[in-house]
Amino acid sequence: MKVAVFLEHHDGELQKGSLGVLGKAGSLGADVVGVVLGSGVNDLAADAGSYGARKVYVADAPELEAPLPQPRVDALAQLVRDQGIDTVLFAASVLASDTAAGLAARLDAGLNWDLVDIAVEDGSLVCTRPALEDSVYAEVGWTSDVKLALFRPGAFDPAESGGDAEVEEFTPSFEGFSTQATMIEQAHEESEGPSIEDADVIVAGGRGLGGPESFTLVEDLAKALGGAVAATRAVVDAGWYPYASQVGQTGKTVSPKLYVACGISGAIQHKVGMQGSGTVVAINKDPNAPIFEFSDLGVVGDLHEIVPKLTELVQQRKN
Amino acid sequence: MARRRRPRPADYPPPFDAREFVAEPTDPPDERIEVGILIVGAGPAGLACAIRLGRLIQESPELAERLGEVPVAVLEKGKQPGSHSLSGAVVNPRSLRTLFRGEKNVADMPFYGEVRAEGVYLLRRNGSMRIPTPPTMKNHGNYVASLSQLSRWLAEGAEEAGATILPETAAETLLVKDGRVLGVRTGDKGRGRFGERLPNFEPGSDILARVTILCEGTQGHLSGVAIDTFGLEGESPQVWALGVKEVWKVAKPLRRVVHTVGWPLRSQAKWREFGGSFIYPMGEGMLTIGMVVGLDYRDADLSVHDLLQQLKTNPFVRKMLDGGERIGWGAKTIPEGGFVALPKRLHAPGLLLCGDGAGMVNVPALKGIHYAVESGRLAAEAAADSLRPGRTPWTPGVLGAYDEAVRKSFIWSDLEEVRNMRQAFGRGFYVGGALAGAMTATKGKLPPGDKPTEPDAVAPAVRTDRRRRYPAPDGRLTFDKLSSVYLSGNRTRDDAPNHIRLRTTVPEEIAVLWEQMCPAQVYEAADGHVEITPSNCVQCGAITAKGGRLTPPEGGSGPEYTLT
Amino acid sequence: MRGPVALEVAEPNRCPREPRISCPWLESLLVKIAVCVKEVPDSGVTKRIDPNTKRLDRSGEGALNHFDSQAVEEALRVKEAAGEGEVVLVSMGPAGALDSLRKALAMGADRAVLVSDDAAEGSDLVATSRALAAALERESANLVLFGQQSSDSDGAVLWAAVADRLRRPVISQVAELTVADGSVRGKRQTEFGYDVIEAPLPAIVAVSDAINEPRYPSLKGIMGAKKKPQETLSGSDLGVDTATLGEQGSGTTVLALGDPPPRGDSRKIEDDGSGAKQIADFLAEKKLL
Repeated sequence: MKVAVFLEHHDGELQKGSLGVLGKAGSLGADVVGVVLGSGVNDLAADAGSYGARKVYVADAPELEAPLPQPRVDALAQLVRDQGIDTVLFAASVLASDTAAGLAARLDAGLNWDLVDIAVEDGSLVCTRPALEDSVYAEVGWTSDVKLALFRPGAFDPAESGGDAEVEEFTPSFEGFSTQATMIEQAHEESEGPSIEDADVIVAGGRGLGGPESFTLVEDLAKALGGAVAATRAVVDAGWYPYASQVGQTGKTVSPKLYVACGISGAIQHKVGMQGSGTVVAINKDPNAPIFEFSDLGVVGDLHEIVPKLTELVQQRKN
Repeated sequence: MARRRRPRPADYPPPFDAREFVAEPTDPPDERIEVGILIVGAGPAGLACAIRLGRLIQESPELAERLGEVPVAVLEKGKQPGSHSLSGAVVNPRSLRTLFRGEKNVADMPFYGEVRAEGVYLLRRNGSMRIPTPPTMKNHGNYVASLSQLSRWLAEGAEEAGATILPETAAETLLVKDGRVLGVRTGDKGRGRFGERLPNFEPGSDILARVTILCEGTQGHLSGVAIDTFGLEGESPQVWALGVKEVWKVAKPLRRVVHTVGWPLRSQAKWREFGGSFIYPMGEGMLTIGMVVGLDYRDADLSVHDLLQQLKTNPFVRKMLDGGERIGWGAKTIPEGGFVALPKRLHAPGLLLCGDGAGMVNVPALKGIHYAVESGRLAAEAAADSLRPGRTPWTPGVLGAYDEAVRKSFIWSDLEEVRNMRQAFGRGFYVGGALAGAMTATKGKLPPGDKPTEPDAVAPAVRTDRRRRYPAPDGRLTFDKLSSVYLSGNRTRDDAPNHIRLRTTVPEEIAVLWEQMCPAQVYEAADGHVEITPSNCVQCGAITAKGGRLTPPEGGSGPEYTLT
Repeated sequence: MRGPVALEVAEPNRCPREPRISCPWLESLLVKIAVCVKEVPDSGVTKRIDPNTKRLDRSGEGALNHFDSQAVEEALRVKEAAGEGEVVLVSMGPAGALDSLRKALAMGADRAVLVSDDAAEGSDLVATSRALAAALERESANLVLFGQQSSDSDGAVLWAAVADRLRRPVISQVAELTVADGSVRGKRQTEFGYDVIEAPLPAIVAVSDAINEPRYPSLKGIMGAKKKPQETLSGSDLGVDTATLGEQGSGTTVLALGDPPPRGDSRKIEDDGSGAKQIADFLAEKKLL
């Protein structure tokens, strides 16, 4: 198996998600290379070594400067053909998803997406993906010669193992249509924190907060944990928090690594919006609240006391 | 020391006036929609009507010409036909046979099997005792059905017959001019929580028709408006029961139709807890179980939803559900006034009333679907007839032919025979049982005299400790209301305007009454007033019986029933 | 505050939909916009996976994928701003899927083309993009629109595969669309904020769910939908070898279905003053701090 991992970068840094996939790929015992595409990215290629890549292919071209997918499809397709790569792994992002799909069409290669795990079974690559709002897990595979896989953001944590990578440059040629889309203005803004769909950590507030003022407790904890703030339908209905933060059946579906539910009862309408979360911690003064049935750690108590204390402890530990 | 009179919902009437829902057409002529015959409601009555009309149009080219480009239109406020249909149900197939004579037969219909055996049981908390089946409840020759599935199947037939079905369309206003019904105006879409217009606001439209046939089912909005406007009230006010049911996948097939009475309802007369449960097999792998309770009960803490949960803990019932999984849930009211509550006329100029919306339900037999189908069929014939040369649907006496046809039909004779049955049970289960027995034996001749009904909203509300006996939801056998609402498929948008007219500052007893009554947790009693979450509403109609008023929400909202 | 619906004084019947599009050039060309749409299982009904095929059970009610109705809405706005043109729906699915496409016709789309072939059942991205690209070639649209994702497989990648086969530029996650002077400009929503990307027409654009609120079809629209042209094409009608469709033509497969990994022991404690610390310890233990 010859595996290539697409290493996405932004503002001079390799993305955590890609590095996580790189590390995981390394553990499969296959021949793993990294791929860095861009303009002025040679240093980044070298960095990839510390995260598990033994070899990194680099294509440095002005056509690759903007984070656009189609020139990347050209470059990857060429690399796959020239180097006999049979598996390409991606950590999902807007850019990576479009690139992976374009590559699938280019090579008539099967693409499995929204994956959370990867393994080699009987010499074949097998991946796991959740389905039906994370209530079912499917094992998926490939029937095509070249296999493409797109992993959920945050599926794997990067592991800095130290080491160097051998960097090999290659020069892709680009199709006429691939360079027709051009970047007029590129985003650089760092907003006040992740949006709830992308956040690794979410702290959510419900009716148990008692009133809109108590949302500051939720916000402080979210800030301390580096996460986003979410709200239940009941409090959004009551006007305590904006609809954009609503998680649930009629709001957003989220699957962060950590979901802290403050004063939330856990009605099914809310549960279906967050049941895919990695770890759920619930704080509620009602010992019979349904949320305790699907939380990993439930604390029965007064959130007005527990949450500020927790925020303080988190801040301490981070320093 | 004077005793405070117990509050009654009727003392707190909702801000509702039927006149708000009657108007003349306002759309400019080029924006109006004109159809031949307009049917409101894609349930068994409306679809039977459409199917019969299709056949009549086929047989008469003149009728086809007179009805124009869209000869028959059926408005349905649910997402699609069947989305708001709910019943037990054990269906008497006679009217469907008549409707489809020569074209389809029972084997083609989406039934779950013929009733082969049945039993009636008196339940106690931890036991059950079989009792003889009352003659009114004998079901041999009848079929178990899901009304939602049946409506869906009938809708296909209606479309095949040339009807245009318009789902997600609520009929909000009755268009009346010079004393004649000209059609309906549909509801607006895209209004926000406070009624404000959202960016994708779409106003309703005037739909004009030669004849308008209301087949809206229980608590039909325009049916109520029409009865009020044209003075069609029957001798006695209409009364309702609330039915809450679940559909289960089961490990052991149920091989008979079961009805229960007794626990968990109280038997003493003063509590007025008239009702019982039904458990019907749906093929080998499913069954449906429901609890039905008359809405004239006194206990403010009575929750039919939770009585159903309680019922399932009885060992006799529990055994049937062992190893199973709840896959459906829904709730709807059933008109129970019977014969004495039927409107005094079923027509007005340009208008006909059918089915449950007109109260055509046989309470002791728990049947209404076959009356709905038959009334729809008869309405089709009367409507077609009213358009023959030389007459109009508002010529005096013309649509009266529908009333005559209904009076000559089994709908009338059945309902007359069982009138007063329900009222008898107001005297308590045992006395009621004896009276019911007498009525059946004498085919309604004894006891003599028609007993009037009392509106459900005049029942006083009394606080009790009943809630302590409701089982805590375990998520496997018993469930909470929000989980039930979720299972009904209700995904109404959160910023939908409030479609429920209700006085929100009421005494505690009334607030609690509404909170417990509603199977969908729409109302919450909070500090001297009531909080409303209209998007939970599954449009069962209970609130209209008990002091509020349901109006049609935005078309397409509410439950999406499939197996109920 | 909740209460009775506000009663209104008479107002003009329609809210004007502001066109955010200026396209003088379009006046001289026939505007043709193709929208790729899909019928998905109605989400009001509990979704199930068929244990035999290991794929989503699509036997129940279908509905138009909500995200696709946003793409249809955007197409209608472009057409309305141009004052003329055609919006054609292109879809792939079982024959009955035409019913769901009718809602989009009711919104105002002009025509529907359904690629339906038994051989296409079980098609994955590779096979589906092939068939769709063939249908789109046939239409030669100036602009091809997709919705953000499909609520059944939650796939959010189809447009990129189709764009590659059509050899056209693609812009995805577009929260704001402007068509002017022979090109299309999209504000692309990414993890890092908004980019502005431009591409010459003909191009493919996938809109994000932030782009618009789709209109409700008017009653006249609903009634007229059935009369609009709807055609069904098989693989051979499109000149696509059926061996390249369906499971045969796909590159992926579902091997097995199972339950999600157990959540592990659920712990519930009463706060005796140390609740916050216990949470902090727990988070540290799980390497979440």
